[in-house]
Amino acid sequence: MMKPALMAEFATPHELCDGARVLSAAGVTRLDAYTPYPVDGLQELLGVPRSYVRWIVFAAGILGGGLAYLLQWWINVVDYPLDIGGRPYHSALAFVPITFEMTVLAAGLAALISPIVLGGLPRLWQPVFEVDGFERASIDRFWLAVGVGDRELDRSRDSAALQNAGALRVVWLGGAS
Amino acid sequence: MSVASAASVAAEDAAEEAEDPIIIGNPTDEQLSDQLLSHTWRPITRGWKLAFLITGLGTLMLLALITLTVMRGIGMWGNNIPAAWGFGIINFVWWIGIGHAGTFISAILLVLEQQRVRTSINRFTEGMTLFAVVQAGMFPLLHLGRPWFAYWLFPYPAEMDTWPQVRSALPWDAAAVTTYLSVSIMFWYLGLVPDLAGVRDRAPTLWRRRIYGIFALGWSGSVQQWRHYKIAYLTLAGLATPLVISVHSIVSLDFAEAGLPGWHSTIFPPFFVAGAIFSGFAMVVTLIIPARRVFKLHNVITARHLDMIAKMLLVTSSIVTYSYVCEMFLAWWSGDRYELFEQLRERPFGFYAVVFWVLISCNCIITQALWSRRVRRNVVALFIIAALVNVGMWLERFEIIVVSLTRDFLPSSWHQYMPTWVDIGILTGTFCFFGLLFLAFLKWIPFVPVSELKELKHEELGK
Repeated sequence: MMKPALMAEFATPHELCDGARVLSAAGVTRLDAYTPYPVDGLQELLGVPRSYVRWIVFAAGILGGGLAYLLQWWINVVDYPLDIGGRPYHSALAFVPITFEMTVLAAGLAALISPIVLGGLPRLWQPVFEVDGFERASIDRFWLAVGVGDRELDRSRDSAALQNAGALRVVWLGGAS
Repeated sequence: MSVASAASVAAEDAAEEAEDPIIIGNPTDEQLSDQLLSHTWRPITRGWKLAFLITGLGTLMLLALITLTVMRGIGMWGNNIPAAWGFGIINFVWWIGIGHAGTFISAILLVLEQQRVRTSINRFTEGMTLFAVVQAGMFPLLHLGRPWFAYWLFPYPAEMDTWPQVRSALPWDAAAVTTYLSVSIMFWYLGLVPDLAGVRDRAPTLWRRRIYGIFALGWSGSVQQWRHYKIAYLTLAGLATPLVISVHSIVSLDFAEAGLPGWHSTIFPPFFVAGAIFSGFAMVVTLIIPARRVFKLHNVITARHLDMIAKMLLVTSSIVTYSYVCEMFLAWWSGDRYELFEQLRERPFGFYAVVFWVLISCNCIITQALWSRRVRRNVVALFIIAALVNVGMWLERFEIIVVSLTRDFLPSSWHQYMPTWVDIGILTGTFCFFGLLFLAFLKWIPFVPVSELKELKHEELGK
């Protein structure tokens, strides 16, 4: 999780995007934004790659389904075969429902857990929460943040640029620079 | 109706729909948040206390009757041989069917992204699903007679060296229902996280912020979080969609696998799924109309939402009606005397004939009123129709289970079935327990997805 040095508060997603554009044009790369809902196009603007969660979910689904089929085969064919009117022990069709359910269950668990873990959660307190007015980031304000250690970040130049882009407030957290 | 007039009606409908907004007015994000989150911290009024008291007492009665059933055995119920599946399985199938519309609305409409009407009502219907599945899950457990052995249904290394028989439909059922409950909880919770963060940041008291803060997991809405979240939520919706279809299909296989007349039919999986979604939509209407009034949500749950649900009721009613006709036709076509007797004689004219005619009236005839736009837009009429559909769908399950069991192949084993006061008490108790859970949900959980609604408003109004 990025430690912010400079944060700017915007009233609309458009202004937030303008601000992000200005900074990335100036060469700033360690950008993050906090928004009450996902803003279309922001991810591309900040150069954040597409999420790979679906691959994790896919793998979990295959694993869950595969193990479920294997388990059914093992308990009904190997470990505890029951002769029911001479029907085959390994009846693949009858194994389908549980295999399907366990595929969905495992994939679902992965789809729940991976965005939480990859998003750095659970982490009940984060440094950004200390920023005055940040509580409105979940309601109606859009925050842009520049991480500590960005070489291109220039405190006075970028603060002015953000204010020009429509920032309501620019907060400096990064110490002297 | 002539083609031209049908076309003009369709055009008129389309024109009115275009005017009909999904969100009325242009509230700011802050106003929306306050409107839809503030019920979680407002004090509990007298009306709420009364409602909690009534449903709470009903829940206590349910617990008492469950205790009685467990102590004395299911002989306390009206079940007998041949009708070994009485109220227990009727209620199970009915409640789990109701649970289906929730995920159906939420997941399928999310996957078909165009359906923007989903946003205001999805969390509400997901809540309904969860609480209905909780009610449903109780019945098969109690019906086991010795519910403390329920874990026998799951594969575990038993000291007797035995395993469940997975070629039977019952372990399928256990897997389907538990998976459905789990995935519904996951889907619901994942959708809630950003709104819980909203309550954390907006609630006036410290302990509320702490409690909601814990459940919000520290959500900050950063791009890193949203990018994984959006994809994961959509993927989960995609997973839930086939799951909905699978659950009631598997429930129906419990019936179709048996040889009884009226059960042993390949029409059962789609027939049950359609019936489930039908009854679920009816329950959504029954719950959302009062909630919309109490919380004054007319600006986010608009006439257009109700109209959409009413149309879905009409569609699913038609599918169900078609299935009834199909069942009778197949009985006639098969030439099988037991099927013929069951479908064409015993159901409509036998001992339980009144059940048949009431269910046909509720599920097939009364719903035809929904062709009228005026009825779809009339809240009272819609509420009454939906309530009758709930009754009709319960009776349908009664008919399928009781009439087939009490009139099987051998007349010497025929026997009537009548529920006991314990049966009726448990059914009433589940209404109260469902009500209690739902009231708690409405009171303490943001039941309209605020973050999604803000995103929608941003897209719709371009602000």
